[in-house]
Amino acid sequence: MPNQSRVLMQGNEAILEGALAAGMRFYAGYPITPSTEIAELAAERLPKVGGRFIQMEDEIASMAAVVGGSLAGVKSMTATSGPGFSLKQENLGYAIHGDIPCVVINVQRMGPSTGLPTSPAQGDMQQARFGSHGDYGIIALTPSSVSEAYYLTIRAFNLSEQFRVPVILLTDEVIGHMREAVSLPDPSELTVAERRKPTAPKGEHKPFAPDAKGVPTLPNFGDGYRFHVTGLIHAEDGFATSNPKLVDQAVRRLTNKITDNIDEIYEAEQREIADADIVVFSYGGTARAARRAVRMAREKGLKVGFYRPITIWPFHDEMVRNAIAGKKAVIIPELNLGQMAREVERVAHGTTTVIPVTKVTGEILTPAEILAAIEEVR
Amino acid sequence: MAIAGKIPTRKYLRQDRLPHIWCPGCGHGIVMQALVRAIHNVGLSQDKTVIVSGIGCSSRASGYMDFDTIHTTHGRALAFATGIKMANPELNVIVMTGDGDASAIGGNHLIHAARRNIGITCICLNNNIYGMTSGQFSPTTPECALATTAPYGVIDPSFDLCKLVQAAGASYVARGTAMQARMLEKYITNALKNDGFSFIEAIDQCPTYFGRKNKLGDAYAMMKRQQETSVSVSKAAAMTPAELEGKQVVGELWNSPRPEYAKSYDQVIAKAQQGGGR
Amino acid sequence: MTALATERKPRLFTVEVNTTYCKGCEICVQVCPKNVLAMNDRLKANVVNLKDCTGCLNCEIYCPDFAINVEEVEANA
Repeated sequence: MPNQSRVLMQGNEAILEGALAAGMRFYAGYPITPSTEIAELAAERLPKVGGRFIQMEDEIASMAAVVGGSLAGVKSMTATSGPGFSLKQENLGYAIHGDIPCVVINVQRMGPSTGLPTSPAQGDMQQARFGSHGDYGIIALTPSSVSEAYYLTIRAFNLSEQFRVPVILLTDEVIGHMREAVSLPDPSELTVAERRKPTAPKGEHKPFAPDAKGVPTLPNFGDGYRFHVTGLIHAEDGFATSNPKLVDQAVRRLTNKITDNIDEIYEAEQREIADADIVVFSYGGTARAARRAVRMAREKGLKVGFYRPITIWPFHDEMVRNAIAGKKAVIIPELNLGQMAREVERVAHGTTTVIPVTKVTGEILTPAEILAAIEEVR
Repeated sequence: MAIAGKIPTRKYLRQDRLPHIWCPGCGHGIVMQALVRAIHNVGLSQDKTVIVSGIGCSSRASGYMDFDTIHTTHGRALAFATGIKMANPELNVIVMTGDGDASAIGGNHLIHAARRNIGITCICLNNNIYGMTSGQFSPTTPECALATTAPYGVIDPSFDLCKLVQAAGASYVARGTAMQARMLEKYITNALKNDGFSFIEAIDQCPTYFGRKNKLGDAYAMMKRQQETSVSVSKAAAMTPAELEGKQVVGELWNSPRPEYAKSYDQVIAKAQQGGGR
Repeated sequence: MTALATERKPRLFTVEVNTTYCKGCEICVQVCPKNVLAMNDRLKANVVNLKDCTGCLNCEIYCPDFAINVEEVEANA
């Protein structure tokens, strides 16, 4: 391939490179292990491309500043980990409700609470979906290699602009701190989504009126539209309302704009599912060990398939159901006590045996551990 | 002949959103008008000015003003405003906040916005009470005053917000009361002209909760009382701490320009692009 | 008295109260130095003594409800 440069880089570094390639020009953050390298690189690299970095006074403030930066028309992001992700939920909810695009990187570490700061985990899977109060839809992507961290960060920005929703890059300490060779494409080869601008004249444009996909077109501050944004339930004109019909529309739209467009948002890797008796469902850093375990099982003559959701939220019920239908078992290795197994169980609805393989020791799952679980299925 | 001081206030308001939700006699409307008049005096463009507010009675102001406006989360107005100013320093950014919003839940953001001297004008509408939730004491409620969460009187010493932000690094600090609306207009005008973090403490009245609970009379009586307990900066300089007990110092308390944060970041950009750093 | 002073015309003003905005707090009545305004029986501010208005704008500036508008009448008569 022409114009590619092959470089050795860390997952956190790849995330920042991807963000810059996607047009991110404002970063607000707060130091927290194991995501800090992203902030450090943003501080170094952003001013070189005319962007701006600010280290805020806390996690809450950095999420607020990101929302402000995005409303001012600049692609904005922040990065954090467990305890910081908890603090970000307040203004993440604000961004969701305000249809404000932004990207939040969560380099997961062991919890609960301050947990094990330098140990890998996948314990924020459900928090990424339901962490803020109220009903809403959200997009979360899970890379399982350094290269994928780069591309998924770009995709996170693109989806964020297309659907006007915060997108969470739900990675983990394994990917964040791992170094791998990455082929960086020439920027001209990348697809980068830019923010849509209103077409209706000032004074007539309704900032929260949805298009056919349920996505509104907000102007940027300073564009002369003089519009209002609030965290209160608001009508299409942006002003607070308690009219039951308008409230119902407003709340449902936040979920529907994601679920109605799931086929555009969802990505998954599927290998050798067709003839498989057993499917291993795995994501993020753990998927690396799972993929290896599947290969080892195949070498032993076991019919095992591999399903790796790349888009973890929204959860694609239909695709997962099709992948596990008629199988003897679905094995779900993850670094938590079965957070995604719960989703698969819901979809399997008793028709396929769901076997969680959980680990919360602060260590990663090994291919041997996953293979052992596969071999136990008889 | 035009009336001296007459300005087209209504041009800056979303008149279709009025009447506002504030109680009869609430001072927030008086302070909001002082802000509108100051914006007119300085000649800020309505298309290039963003009004940011938090949560509480005072933070409802943003919805009534014909600018780009954002009613944010509780205490976070300054953090949102910081993001707006950093992402687009061309915008004029004004924060409307209350005493609880700015000094309790948002206290950390207040001191850090002041420390950075970021180009934001912050108007704190201090009515000494949480009004939206119906009368709990705030960090600026005077000691011994009654509130629904202090039925035996407040034992928490109250915050001097102007001293706080001055110590933290704000470059312009002023205080006035609703009864001194014309002075407030002047201070806010000067605050908007200051290139840095400006803080205006506008002491106003909550006749519904603070006034009624503490038997302070009607709105006008509360305003008069606030005026009577005010001491000008020059007078206060000659008074002892004992004499200043129960009084508030009003006027321009601090005016000391220093580099504005977003402009300092312009130098970071220049340095990075020349290959400096590390 | 100089000729100039005797020739100065009295200035005339209008004070308009928007009764939809007015919440009847009475602040305008109390800040008016000339008793131009009073509360009516519907608890809204009402202009009762317009001729004494000096155009000081106190009522407009202190009205928390943006309900009062003072204008000068361009007197030709």
